[in-house]
Amino acid sequence: MVTETDIEKLALLARVALSEQEKEKLRTDVEAILEYVSDIRKVSGGEERAVPSLVNVMREDGTPHEGGVHTETLLSLAPKREGQYVRVKKIL
Amino acid sequence: MSINLSELTIATARRHLANGDFTAVELAQSYLAEIEKKNKNLNAYREVFDDVLEQAKGADKKLPNFRTSKLPNLCGIPIALKDVIMLAGKRAGACSKILEGYVSPYDATAVSKLKVAGAIFLGRTNMDEFAMGSSTENYAYGVTKNPFDESRVAGGSSGGSAAAVAGNMSLAALGSDTGGSVRQPASLCGVVGLKPTYGSVSRFGLMAMSSSLDVIGPFTKTVEDAELLFDAIKGKDPMDSTSVEVSSSKLQVKSLRIGIPTMIRETEGIDPDVRKNFEDCLKQFRDAGHTVKEIELPTMHYALPVYYVIMPAEVSTNLARFDGVKYGLHVSGKNLLEDYVQTRGTGFGMEARRRILLGTYVLSSGYYDAYYAQAVRVRAKIEQELRDVFAGVDCIATPTSPTPAFKIGEKADDPLQMYLADIFTVVANIAGIPAISIPSGTAMREGKQLPLGLQLMAAHGREDVLFEAGKEFEKLRDNRGGV
Repeated sequence: MVTETDIEKLALLARVALSEQEKEKLRTDVEAILEYVSDIRKVSGGEERAVPSLVNVMREDGTPHEGGVHTETLLSLAPKREGQYVRVKKIL
Repeated sequence: MSINLSELTIATARRHLANGDFTAVELAQSYLAEIEKKNKNLNAYREVFDDVLEQAKGADKKLPNFRTSKLPNLCGIPIALKDVIMLAGKRAGACSKILEGYVSPYDATAVSKLKVAGAIFLGRTNMDEFAMGSSTENYAYGVTKNPFDESRVAGGSSGGSAAAVAGNMSLAALGSDTGGSVRQPASLCGVVGLKPTYGSVSRFGLMAMSSSLDVIGPFTKTVEDAELLFDAIKGKDPMDSTSVEVSSSKLQVKSLRIGIPTMIRETEGIDPDVRKNFEDCLKQFRDAGHTVKEIELPTMHYALPVYYVIMPAEVSTNLARFDGVKYGLHVSGKNLLEDYVQTRGTGFGMEARRRILLGTYVLSSGYYDAYYAQAVRVRAKIEQELRDVFAGVDCIATPTSPTPAFKIGEKADDPLQMYLADIFTVVANIAGIPAISIPSGTAMREGKQLPLGLQLMAAHGREDVLFEAGKEFEKLRDNRGGV
Protein backbone atom coordinates (compact mmCIF):
# COMPACT_ATOMS: atom_id res chain seq x y z
CA MET A 1 0.00 0.00 0.00
CA VAL A 2 1.50 3.29 -1.11
CA THR A 3 0.00 6.45 0.42
CA GLU A 4 0.02 9.99 -0.84
CA THR A 5 2.33 10.85 2.07
CA ASP A 6 4.79 8.21 0.83
CA ILE A 7 4.78 9.82 -2.61
CA GLU A 8 5.32 13.27 -1.11
CA LYS A 9 8.24 12.02 0.97
CA LEU A 10 9.83 10.28 -2.02
CA ALA A 11 9.35 13.37 -4.18
CA LEU A 12 11.09 15.56 -1.61
CA LEU A 13 13.93 13.05 -1.18
CA ALA A 14 14.34 12.91 -4.96
CA ARG A 15 13.94 16.69 -5.32
CA VAL A 16 11.11 16.61 -7.84
CA ALA A 17 8.00 18.77 -7.79
CA LEU A 18 4.65 17.06 -8.43
CA SER A 19 1.19 18.50 -9.01
CA GLU A 20 -1.73 17.13 -6.97
CA GLN A 21 -2.98 15.27 -10.03
CA GLU A 22 0.47 13.77 -10.68
CA LYS A 23 0.73 12.63 -7.06
CA GLU A 24 -2.41 10.53 -7.34
CA LYS A 25 -1.43 9.09 -10.74
CA LEU A 26 2.04 8.22 -9.47
CA ARG A 27 0.63 6.72 -6.27
CA THR A 28 -1.44 4.19 -8.22
CA ASP A 29 1.35 3.57 -10.79
CA VAL A 30 4.04 3.02 -8.15
CA GLU A 31 1.73 0.72 -6.18
CA ALA A 32 0.99 -1.41 -9.28
CA ILE A 33 4.64 -1.59 -10.31
CA LEU A 34 5.79 -2.52 -6.79
CA GLU A 35 3.20 -5.26 -6.69
CA TYR A 36 4.48 -6.56 -10.02
CA VAL A 37 8.15 -6.55 -9.01
CA SER A 38 7.40 -8.10 -5.61
CA ASP A 39 7.35 -11.39 -7.49
CA ILE A 40 11.12 -11.57 -7.18
CA ARG A 41 10.74 -12.30 -3.46
CA LYS A 42 9.46 -15.75 -4.43
CA VAL A 43 12.84 -16.70 -5.85
CA SER A 44 14.98 -18.68 -3.47
CA GLY A 45 18.51 -19.95 -3.87
CA GLY A 46 21.62 -17.84 -4.02
CA GLU A 47 20.74 -17.11 -0.37
CA GLU A 48 24.03 -15.53 0.50
CA ARG A 49 24.53 -12.14 -1.03
CA ALA A 50 25.77 -12.42 -4.61
CA VAL A 51 29.45 -11.59 -4.87
CA PRO A 52 29.96 -9.08 -7.65
CA SER A 53 32.20 -10.38 -10.41
CA LEU A 54 33.30 -6.87 -11.32
CA VAL A 55 36.32 -5.18 -9.76
CA ASN A 56 37.28 -1.55 -9.34
CA VAL A 57 39.70 -0.26 -11.94
CA MET A 58 42.05 2.39 -10.61
CA ARG A 59 44.63 4.54 -12.31
CA GLU A 60 47.59 6.42 -10.88
CA ASP A 61 46.93 10.00 -9.90
CA GLY A 62 48.31 12.28 -12.54
CA THR A 63 47.60 15.24 -14.75
CA PRO A 64 45.29 14.07 -17.55
CA HIS A 65 45.45 17.44 -19.29
CA GLU A 66 46.71 20.96 -18.87
CA GLY A 67 44.80 22.92 -16.22
CA GLY A 68 42.04 25.19 -17.49
CA VAL A 69 41.77 23.90 -21.07
CA HIS A 70 38.16 22.77 -20.57
CA THR A 71 37.08 25.46 -18.11
CA GLU A 72 35.40 27.82 -20.54
CA THR A 73 33.61 25.03 -22.46
CA LEU A 74 32.14 23.62 -19.28
CA LEU A 75 31.38 26.89 -17.50
CA SER A 76 29.65 28.31 -20.55
CA LEU A 77 26.99 25.59 -20.08
CA ALA A 78 26.06 26.75 -16.57
CA PRO A 79 22.75 28.62 -16.30
CA LYS A 80 24.32 31.14 -13.90
CA ARG A 81 27.98 31.95 -13.52
CA GLU A 82 30.17 34.61 -12.04
CA GLY A 83 33.65 34.74 -13.56
CA GLN A 84 35.23 31.34 -13.06
CA TYR A 85 32.47 30.16 -10.69
CA VAL A 86 29.06 28.56 -11.07
CA ARG A 87 26.61 30.73 -9.18
CA VAL A 88 24.05 29.19 -6.80
CA LYS A 89 21.76 30.55 -4.11
CA LYS A 90 23.21 30.61 -0.61
CA ILE A 91 23.11 27.28 1.18
CA LEU A 92 23.18 28.36 4.82
CA MET B 1 24.77 6.59 -61.14
CA SER B 2 21.47 7.17 -59.39
CA ILE B 3 21.53 5.91 -55.83
CA ASN B 4 18.85 3.42 -54.80
CA LEU B 5 18.71 4.06 -51.07
CA SER B 6 16.34 1.21 -50.27
CA GLU B 7 18.80 -1.33 -51.71
CA LEU B 8 21.93 0.27 -50.30
CA THR B 9 23.89 -1.27 -47.41
CA ILE B 10 27.12 -0.13 -45.77
CA ALA B 11 28.89 -2.99 -47.52
CA THR B 12 27.66 -2.01 -51.00
CA ALA B 13 28.02 1.74 -50.38
CA ARG B 14 31.67 1.22 -49.44
CA ARG B 15 32.27 -0.52 -52.76
CA HIS B 16 30.47 2.16 -54.75
CA LEU B 17 32.38 4.92 -52.95
CA ALA B 18 35.68 3.13 -53.48
CA ASN B 19 34.90 2.57 -57.18
CA GLY B 20 33.88 6.19 -57.60
CA ASP B 21 30.32 5.26 -58.68
CA PHE B 22 29.15 8.11 -56.49
CA THR B 23 30.80 10.52 -54.08
CA ALA B 24 30.25 10.93 -50.36
CA VAL B 25 28.66 14.33 -51.11
CA GLU B 26 26.20 12.75 -53.57
CA LEU B 27 25.36 10.05 -51.04
CA ALA B 28 24.82 12.59 -48.27
CA GLN B 29 22.66 14.71 -50.60
CA SER B 30 20.44 11.70 -51.33
CA TYR B 31 19.84 11.14 -47.64
CA LEU B 32 19.25 14.84 -46.94
CA ALA B 33 16.65 14.88 -49.74
CA GLU B 34 14.91 11.86 -48.23
CA ILE B 35 14.93 13.45 -44.78
CA GLU B 36 13.51 16.66 -46.24
CA LYS B 37 10.70 14.62 -47.80
CA LYS B 38 9.82 12.37 -44.86
CA ASN B 39 10.97 13.72 -41.54
CA LYS B 40 8.23 16.28 -41.09
CA ASN B 41 5.80 13.40 -41.02
CA LEU B 42 7.78 10.63 -39.31
CA ASN B 43 9.67 12.84 -36.81
CA ALA B 44 12.67 10.51 -36.69
CA TYR B 45 15.19 13.34 -36.36
CA ARG B 46 15.19 15.99 -33.67
CA GLU B 47 17.85 17.86 -35.60
CA VAL B 48 19.65 17.47 -38.90
CA PHE B 49 23.17 18.86 -38.60
CA ASP B 50 24.00 21.90 -40.70
CA ASP B 51 27.47 20.69 -41.68
CA VAL B 52 26.58 17.35 -43.30
CA LEU B 53 27.81 18.38 -46.75
CA GLU B 54 31.03 19.79 -45.30
CA GLN B 55 31.63 16.49 -43.52
CA ALA B 56 30.96 14.68 -46.80
CA LYS B 57 33.39 16.92 -48.69
CA GLY B 58 36.01 16.03 -46.11
CA ALA B 59 35.28 12.34 -46.64
CA ASP B 60 35.62 12.69 -50.42
CA LYS B 61 39.09 14.15 -49.89
CA LYS B 62 40.07 11.20 -47.69
CA LEU B 63 38.55 8.49 -49.87
CA PRO B 64 41.55 7.96 -52.17
CA ASN B 65 43.74 7.20 -49.15
CA PHE B 66 41.32 4.59 -47.88
CA ARG B 67 41.05 2.95 -51.29
CA THR B 68 44.70 2.03 -51.24
CA SER B 69 44.69 0.72 -47.70
CA LYS B 70 43.08 -2.42 -46.39
CA LEU B 71 41.78 -0.75 -43.24
CA PRO B 72 38.16 -1.43 -42.37
CA ASN B 73 36.60 1.96 -42.91
CA LEU B 74 33.35 3.83 -42.97
CA CYS B 75 34.62 6.72 -45.06
CA GLY B 76 31.62 8.69 -46.30
CA ILE B 77 29.04 6.42 -44.64
CA PRO B 78 26.13 8.48 -43.25
CA ILE B 79 25.09 7.64 -39.69
CA ALA B 80 22.41 9.05 -37.37
CA LEU B 81 22.95 9.37 -33.61
CA LYS B 82 20.40 8.90 -30.87
CA ASP B 83 20.08 12.14 -28.90
CA VAL B 84 21.84 10.52 -25.96
CA ILE B 85 25.26 10.09 -27.63
CA MET B 86 27.56 13.09 -27.56
CA LEU B 87 29.13 14.73 -30.60
CA ALA B 88 31.36 17.65 -29.59
CA GLY B 89 29.97 21.07 -30.43
CA LYS B 90 26.47 19.79 -31.28
CA ARG B 91 23.31 20.01 -29.24
CA ALA B 92 22.46 16.86 -27.27
CA GLY B 93 19.61 16.54 -24.85
CA ALA B 94 18.36 12.97 -24.28
CA CYS B 95 15.12 14.47 -25.65
CA SER B 96 14.52 15.99 -22.23
CA LYS B 97 13.51 19.53 -21.39
CA ILE B 98 15.98 19.44 -18.51
CA LEU B 99 18.86 19.54 -21.01
CA GLU B 100 17.50 22.38 -23.11
CA GLY B 101 20.37 24.32 -24.65
CA TYR B 102 23.02 21.73 -23.75
CA VAL B 103 25.95 21.47 -26.17
CA SER B 104 28.21 18.40 -25.98
CA PRO B 105 31.62 19.45 -24.71
CA TYR B 106 33.31 16.30 -26.01
CA ASP B 107 32.86 13.29 -28.30
CA ALA B 108 31.57 9.94 -27.06
CA THR B 109 34.24 7.28 -27.61
CA ALA B 110 31.95 5.50 -30.10
CA VAL B 111 31.68 8.79 -32.02
CA SER B 112 35.41 9.49 -32.03
CA LYS B 113 35.99 5.97 -33.32
CA LEU B 114 33.46 6.55 -36.10
CA LYS B 115 35.17 9.86 -36.91
CA VAL B 116 38.48 8.03 -37.29
CA ALA B 117 36.74 5.54 -39.59
CA GLY B 118 35.49 8.48 -41.69
CA ALA B 119 31.74 8.27 -41.00
CA ILE B 120 29.42 11.24 -41.55
CA PHE B 121 26.90 12.28 -38.90
CA LEU B 122 23.54 13.27 -40.34
CA GLY B 123 21.78 14.35 -37.16
CA ARG B 124 20.38 13.37 -33.79
CA THR B 125 17.29 11.21 -33.52
CA ASN B 126 14.15 11.28 -31.40
CA MET B 127 13.73 8.95 -28.42
CA ASP B 128 11.81 8.45 -25.20
CA GLU B 129 13.10 10.94 -22.63
CA PHE B 130 16.42 9.67 -21.20
CA ALA B 131 15.81 6.39 -23.07
CA MET B 132 12.92 5.50 -20.76
CA GLY B 133 10.15 3.94 -22.79
CA SER B 134 9.25 1.53 -25.55
CA SER B 135 7.39 3.79 -27.98
CA THR B 136 9.24 7.09 -28.60
CA GLU B 137 6.09 8.98 -27.71
CA ASN B 138 8.13 11.88 -26.38
CA TYR B 139 6.09 14.24 -24.17
CA ALA B 140 8.08 17.28 -25.22
CA TYR B 141 9.11 16.65 -28.82
CA GLY B 142 6.34 14.49 -30.24
CA VAL B 143 6.03 10.88 -31.34
CA THR B 144 8.17 9.16 -33.97
CA LYS B 145 5.86 7.36 -36.39
CA ASN B 146 6.43 3.90 -37.80
CA PRO B 147 7.42 4.12 -41.50
CA PHE B 148 5.27 1.03 -42.23
CA ASP B 149 2.10 2.49 -40.68
CA GLU B 150 2.04 6.06 -39.50
CA SER B 151 -0.75 5.41 -36.99
CA ARG B 152 1.65 3.16 -35.08
CA VAL B 153 4.74 3.67 -32.93
CA ALA B 154 8.29 3.01 -34.11
CA GLY B 155 9.10 1.36 -30.79
CA GLY B 156 11.57 2.71 -28.31
CA SER B 157 13.43 4.07 -26.77
CA SER B 158 15.66 4.45 -29.87
CA GLY B 159 12.59 4.84 -32.12
CA GLY B 160 14.03 7.75 -34.11
CA SER B 161 17.18 5.83 -35.02
CA ALA B 162 15.14 2.78 -36.08
CA ALA B 163 12.70 4.83 -38.17
CA ALA B 164 15.57 6.78 -39.77
CA VAL B 165 17.15 3.56 -41.07
CA ALA B 166 13.83 1.91 -41.97
CA GLY B 167 12.68 5.05 -43.81
CA ASN B 168 15.96 5.35 -45.78
CA MET B 169 16.72 8.58 -43.96
CA SER B 170 20.08 7.17 -42.89
CA LEU B 171 22.18 4.21 -43.94
CA ALA B 172 22.79 3.24 -40.31
CA ALA B 173 22.33 4.66 -36.83
CA LEU B 174 23.49 4.29 -33.26
CA GLY B 175 21.13 3.81 -30.36
CA SER B 176 21.46 2.71 -26.76
CA ASP B 177 20.01 -0.46 -25.26
CA THR B 178 19.25 -0.72 -21.54
CA GLY B 179 16.36 -3.19 -21.62
CA GLY B 180 15.63 -3.57 -25.34
CA SER B 181 15.86 -0.01 -26.64
CA VAL B 182 17.77 -1.00 -29.78
CA ARG B 183 16.25 -4.42 -30.50
CA GLN B 184 12.55 -3.64 -29.90
CA PRO B 185 12.37 -0.60 -32.24
CA ALA B 186 14.52 -2.48 -34.77
CA SER B 187 11.96 -5.29 -34.68
CA LEU B 188 8.98 -2.94 -35.01
CA CYS B 189 10.62 -1.06 -37.91
CA GLY B 190 11.99 -4.06 -39.80
CA VAL B 191 15.73 -3.38 -39.44
CA VAL B 192 18.63 -5.15 -37.73
CA GLY B 193 19.44 -4.00 -34.17
CA LEU B 194 22.41 -5.19 -32.12
CA LYS B 195 22.81 -4.99 -28.36
CA PRO B 196 26.49 -5.80 -27.81
CA THR B 197 28.01 -7.46 -24.75
CA TYR B 198 27.95 -5.11 -21.75
CA GLY B 199 31.23 -3.17 -21.75
CA SER B 200 32.28 -4.12 -25.29
CA VAL B 201 31.40 -0.60 -26.48
CA SER B 202 32.55 2.27 -24.27
CA ARG B 203 29.84 4.19 -22.45
CA PHE B 204 31.99 7.33 -22.34
CA GLY B 205 29.84 10.11 -23.79
CA LEU B 206 26.62 8.10 -23.57
CA MET B 207 24.23 9.86 -21.21
CA ALA B 208 23.73 7.41 -18.37
CA MET B 209 20.36 5.87 -17.65
CA SER B 210 21.19 2.60 -15.86
CA SER B 211 24.94 2.17 -15.70
CA SER B 212 25.08 -1.59 -15.12
CA LEU B 213 22.78 -2.22 -18.12
CA ASP B 214 23.43 0.51 -20.74
CA VAL B 215 25.28 -0.23 -23.97
CA ILE B 216 25.53 1.53 -27.35
CA GLY B 217 24.40 -0.54 -30.33
CA PRO B 218 23.97 -0.16 -34.11
CA PHE B 219 20.88 -0.12 -36.34
CA THR B 220 21.52 -1.38 -39.86
CA LYS B 221 19.75 -3.08 -42.74
CA THR B 222 21.78 -6.29 -42.66
CA VAL B 223 23.67 -8.41 -40.15
CA GLU B 224 26.86 -7.85 -42.14
CA ASP B 225 26.44 -4.08 -41.69
CA ALA B 226 25.83 -4.50 -37.95
CA GLU B 227 29.12 -6.39 -37.75
CA LEU B 228 30.95 -3.66 -39.69
CA LEU B 229 29.62 -0.96 -37.40
CA PHE B 230 30.21 -2.97 -34.22
CA ASP B 231 33.82 -3.62 -35.26
CA ALA B 232 34.28 0.12 -35.70
CA ILE B 233 32.98 1.14 -32.25
CA LYS B 234 33.97 -1.73 -29.94
CA GLY B 235 36.99 -1.94 -27.68
CA LYS B 236 38.36 -1.21 -24.24
CA ASP B 237 38.50 2.47 -23.41
CA PRO B 238 40.54 4.11 -20.64
CA MET B 239 37.62 6.57 -20.20
CA ASP B 240 35.19 3.77 -19.22
CA SER B 241 36.53 1.46 -16.53
CA THR B 242 33.75 -1.07 -17.19
CA SER B 243 34.73 -1.47 -20.85
CA VAL B 244 36.33 -4.71 -22.00
CA GLU B 245 38.25 -5.95 -25.00
CA VAL B 246 36.14 -8.45 -26.92
CA SER B 247 37.81 -11.46 -28.43
CA SER B 248 37.86 -11.62 -32.20
CA SER B 249 36.97 -15.29 -32.34
CA LYS B 250 35.01 -16.52 -35.34
CA LEU B 251 32.43 -19.23 -35.05
CA GLN B 252 33.62 -22.22 -37.05
CA VAL B 253 30.81 -24.74 -36.78
CA LYS B 254 28.57 -25.50 -39.72
CA SER B 255 25.64 -26.72 -37.67
CA LEU B 256 24.20 -24.42 -35.01
CA ARG B 257 22.67 -25.52 -31.71
CA ILE B 258 19.79 -23.18 -30.95
CA GLY B 259 18.01 -23.14 -27.60
CA ILE B 260 14.35 -22.17 -27.17
CA PRO B 261 13.36 -21.17 -23.62
CA THR B 262 10.30 -23.08 -22.39
CA MET B 263 9.11 -19.69 -21.12
CA ILE B 264 7.93 -18.82 -24.63
CA ARG B 265 5.37 -21.61 -24.56
CA GLU B 266 4.12 -20.43 -21.16
CA THR B 267 4.04 -16.67 -21.74
CA GLU B 268 0.62 -15.18 -22.23
CA GLY B 269 0.15 -12.10 -24.34
CA ILE B 270 2.27 -13.19 -27.31
CA ASP B 271 0.46 -12.22 -30.49
CA PRO B 272 -0.60 -15.32 -32.53
CA ASP B 273 1.12 -13.93 -35.65
CA VAL B 274 4.33 -13.44 -33.68
CA ARG B 275 4.10 -17.02 -32.40
CA LYS B 276 3.49 -18.41 -35.87
CA ASN B 277 6.33 -16.41 -37.38
CA PHE B 278 8.66 -17.59 -34.63
CA GLU B 279 7.72 -21.24 -35.29
CA ASP B 280 8.40 -20.63 -39.01
CA CYS B 281 11.86 -19.26 -38.20
CA LEU B 282 12.68 -22.34 -36.13
CA LYS B 283 11.47 -24.61 -38.92
CA GLN B 284 13.79 -22.87 -41.38
CA PHE B 285 16.74 -23.49 -39.05
CA ARG B 286 15.70 -27.14 -38.56
CA ASP B 287 15.18 -27.74 -42.29
CA ALA B 288 18.67 -26.40 -42.95
CA GLY B 289 20.12 -29.03 -40.61
CA HIS B 290 20.57 -26.98 -37.45
CA THR B 291 19.59 -28.33 -34.05
CA VAL B 292 16.71 -26.60 -32.30
CA LYS B 293 15.93 -27.72 -28.76
CA GLU B 294 14.01 -26.49 -25.74
CA ILE B 295 16.06 -25.24 -22.82
CA GLU B 296 15.18 -24.63 -19.18
CA LEU B 297 15.82 -21.19 -17.76
CA PRO B 298 13.66 -21.41 -14.62
CA THR B 299 14.42 -17.86 -13.43
CA MET B 300 14.21 -16.10 -16.82
CA HIS B 301 10.65 -14.88 -16.31
CA TYR B 302 11.87 -12.89 -13.30
CA ALA B 303 14.18 -10.85 -15.53
CA LEU B 304 11.55 -8.16 -16.17
CA PRO B 305 10.63 -7.58 -12.48
CA VAL B 306 14.36 -7.65 -11.60
CA TYR B 307 14.93 -5.07 -14.32
CA TYR B 308 12.20 -2.81 -12.91
CA VAL B 309 13.99 -2.75 -9.56
CA ILE B 310 17.63 -2.39 -10.64
CA MET B 311 17.01 0.05 -13.50
CA PRO B 312 14.94 2.63 -11.53
CA ALA B 313 17.45 2.39 -8.66
CA GLU B 314 20.25 3.34 -11.03
CA VAL B 315 18.07 5.93 -12.78
CA SER B 316 17.35 7.72 -9.51
CA THR B 317 21.09 7.84 -8.85
CA ASN B 318 22.21 8.85 -12.35
CA LEU B 319 19.58 11.52 -12.83
CA ALA B 320 20.50 13.17 -9.53
CA ARG B 321 23.15 15.13 -11.47
CA PHE B 322 20.51 17.21 -13.25
CA ASP B 323 20.04 20.00 -10.77
CA GLY B 324 19.80 23.20 -12.80
CA VAL B 325 23.21 24.32 -11.56
CA LYS B 326 25.84 22.93 -13.91
CA TYR B 327 23.95 22.86 -17.23
CA GLY B 328 20.56 22.76 -18.87
CA LEU B 329 17.27 24.11 -17.58
CA HIS B 330 17.17 26.29 -14.48
CA VAL B 331 13.92 27.19 -12.74
CA SER B 332 14.39 29.65 -9.91
CA GLY B 333 12.66 29.07 -6.55
CA LYS B 334 12.78 30.73 -3.12
CA ASN B 335 16.02 28.99 -2.12
CA LEU B 336 18.49 26.42 -3.45
CA LEU B 337 16.33 23.45 -2.44
CA GLU B 338 13.38 24.96 -4.30
CA ASP B 339 15.64 25.55 -7.32
CA TYR B 340 16.33 21.81 -7.42
CA VAL B 341 12.73 20.75 -6.85
CA GLN B 342 11.25 23.16 -9.40
CA THR B 343 13.95 22.58 -12.03
CA ARG B 344 13.59 18.81 -11.80
CA GLY B 345 9.79 18.95 -11.53
CA THR B 346 9.58 21.07 -14.69
CA GLY B 347 12.46 19.49 -16.62
CA PHE B 348 11.67 15.80 -16.18
CA GLY B 349 8.62 14.25 -17.80
CA MET B 350 6.22 11.89 -16.07
CA GLU B 351 8.06 8.63 -16.86
CA ALA B 352 11.43 9.98 -15.68
CA ARG B 353 9.86 11.15 -12.42
CA ARG B 354 7.98 7.86 -12.02
CA ARG B 355 11.25 5.92 -12.28
CA ILE B 356 13.15 8.34 -10.04
CA LEU B 357 10.48 7.86 -7.35
CA LEU B 358 10.48 4.08 -7.77
CA GLY B 359 14.26 4.00 -7.54
CA THR B 360 14.22 6.17 -4.44
CA TYR B 361 11.66 3.78 -2.92
CA VAL B 362 13.54 0.53 -3.61
CA LEU B 363 16.79 2.03 -2.33
CA SER B 364 15.29 3.46 0.86
CA SER B 365 16.57 1.82 4.05
CA GLY B 366 13.32 0.07 4.97
CA TYR B 367 12.86 -1.57 1.57
CA TYR B 368 16.40 -2.02 0.30
CA ASP B 369 16.71 -5.69 1.25
CA ALA B 370 13.28 -6.71 0.02
CA TYR B 371 13.72 -5.09 -3.39
CA TYR B 372 17.19 -4.00 -4.47
CA ALA B 373 19.29 -6.59 -2.64
CA GLN B 374 16.90 -9.36 -3.66
CA ALA B 375 16.96 -8.17 -7.29
CA VAL B 376 20.76 -8.34 -7.29
CA ARG B 377 20.56 -11.93 -5.97
CA VAL B 378 18.03 -12.99 -8.60
CA ARG B 379 20.12 -11.29 -11.29
CA ALA B 380 23.10 -13.42 -10.31
CA LYS B 381 20.93 -16.51 -10.51
CA ILE B 382 19.74 -15.63 -14.02
CA GLU B 383 23.36 -15.06 -15.11
CA GLN B 384 24.37 -18.45 -13.73
CA GLU B 385 21.50 -20.26 -15.47
CA LEU B 386 22.47 -18.65 -18.77
CA ARG B 387 26.11 -19.63 -18.34
CA ASP B 388 25.00 -23.23 -17.79
CA VAL B 389 22.72 -23.16 -20.84
CA PHE B 390 25.43 -21.76 -23.13
CA ALA B 391 27.54 -24.81 -22.37
CA GLY B 392 25.01 -26.77 -24.45
CA VAL B 393 23.79 -24.32 -27.13
CA ASP B 394 25.42 -21.70 -29.35
CA CYS B 395 22.58 -19.25 -29.12
CA ILE B 396 19.09 -18.75 -27.72
CA ALA B 397 16.19 -17.67 -29.94
CA THR B 398 13.03 -15.77 -28.96
CA PRO B 399 10.70 -13.34 -30.69
CA THR B 400 12.14 -9.84 -30.13
CA SER B 401 8.80 -8.26 -29.23
CA PRO B 402 5.61 -10.04 -28.13
CA THR B 403 3.58 -7.96 -30.61
CA PRO B 404 4.04 -6.03 -33.85
CA ALA B 405 4.03 -2.21 -33.64
CA PHE B 406 1.13 -0.98 -31.49
CA LYS B 407 -1.02 2.09 -32.05
CA ILE B 408 0.18 5.52 -31.00
CA GLY B 409 -1.38 6.24 -27.59
CA GLU B 410 -2.40 2.62 -27.00
CA LYS B 411 -0.12 2.09 -23.99
CA ALA B 412 0.76 5.68 -23.19
CA ASP B 413 -1.24 5.79 -19.94
CA ASP B 414 -0.41 2.34 -18.64
CA PRO B 415 3.25 2.03 -17.64
CA LEU B 416 3.02 -1.68 -16.76
CA GLN B 417 1.62 -2.57 -20.20
CA MET B 418 4.42 -0.55 -21.78
CA TYR B 419 7.03 -2.36 -19.66
CA LEU B 420 5.82 -5.76 -20.92
CA ALA B 421 7.04 -4.84 -24.43
CA ASP B 422 10.53 -5.66 -23.12
CA ILE B 423 9.69 -9.13 -21.79
CA PHE B 424 12.09 -11.01 -24.12
CA THR B 425 14.77 -8.35 -24.45
CA VAL B 426 15.62 -7.43 -20.82
CA VAL B 427 17.21 -10.77 -20.01
CA ALA B 428 20.24 -9.96 -22.21
CA ASN B 429 20.78 -6.68 -20.33
CA ILE B 430 20.33 -8.30 -16.93
CA ALA B 431 23.00 -10.88 -17.84
CA GLY B 432 25.19 -8.53 -19.92
CA ILE B 433 25.16 -10.89 -22.92
CA PRO B 434 24.93 -9.82 -26.60
CA ALA B 435 21.67 -10.10 -28.56
CA ILE B 436 20.50 -9.16 -32.02
CA SER B 437 17.10 -8.58 -33.63
CA ILE B 438 16.73 -9.55 -37.30
CA PRO B 439 13.67 -8.92 -39.51
CA SER B 440 11.84 -12.25 -39.74
CA GLY B 441 8.57 -11.59 -41.54
CA THR B 442 5.43 -9.51 -41.28
CA ALA B 443 1.96 -9.51 -39.75
CA MET B 444 -0.97 -7.96 -41.60
CA ARG B 445 -2.92 -5.31 -39.66
CA GLU B 446 -5.59 -3.12 -41.24
CA GLY B 447 -4.14 -3.72 -44.68
CA LYS B 448 -0.58 -2.88 -43.68
CA GLN B 449 2.36 -5.27 -43.43
CA LEU B 450 4.00 -4.75 -40.04
CA PRO B 451 7.54 -6.08 -39.50
CA LEU B 452 8.36 -8.80 -36.97
CA GLY B 453 11.75 -9.65 -35.53
CA LEU B 454 13.69 -12.72 -34.40
CA GLN B 455 15.99 -12.27 -31.41
CA LEU B 456 19.18 -14.30 -31.01
CA MET B 457 21.24 -14.17 -27.80
CA ALA B 458 24.74 -15.56 -27.27
CA ALA B 459 27.25 -15.92 -24.44
CA HIS B 460 29.39 -12.98 -23.25
CA GLY B 461 31.69 -11.70 -25.97
CA ARG B 462 30.28 -14.03 -28.61
CA GLU B 463 28.94 -11.46 -31.07
CA ASP B 464 30.59 -13.67 -33.70
CA VAL B 465 27.95 -16.34 -33.01
CA LEU B 466 25.18 -13.76 -33.52
CA PHE B 467 26.72 -12.55 -36.77
CA GLU B 468 27.21 -16.04 -38.21
CA ALA B 469 23.81 -17.33 -37.07
CA GLY B 470 22.21 -14.06 -38.18
CA LYS B 471 23.68 -14.21 -41.69
CA GLU B 472 22.60 -17.84 -41.94
CA PHE B 473 19.07 -16.83 -40.94
CA GLU B 474 19.00 -14.00 -43.51
CA LYS B 475 20.03 -16.49 -46.19
CA LEU B 476 17.31 -18.98 -45.22
CA ARG B 477 14.71 -16.21 -44.99
CA ASP B 478 15.62 -14.68 -48.36
CA ASN B 479 15.73 -18.05 -50.12
CA ARG B 480 12.27 -18.66 -48.84
CA GLY B 481 10.95 -15.49 -50.43
CA GLY B 482 12.17 -12.73 -48.19
CA VAL B 483 10.66 -10.78 -45.37
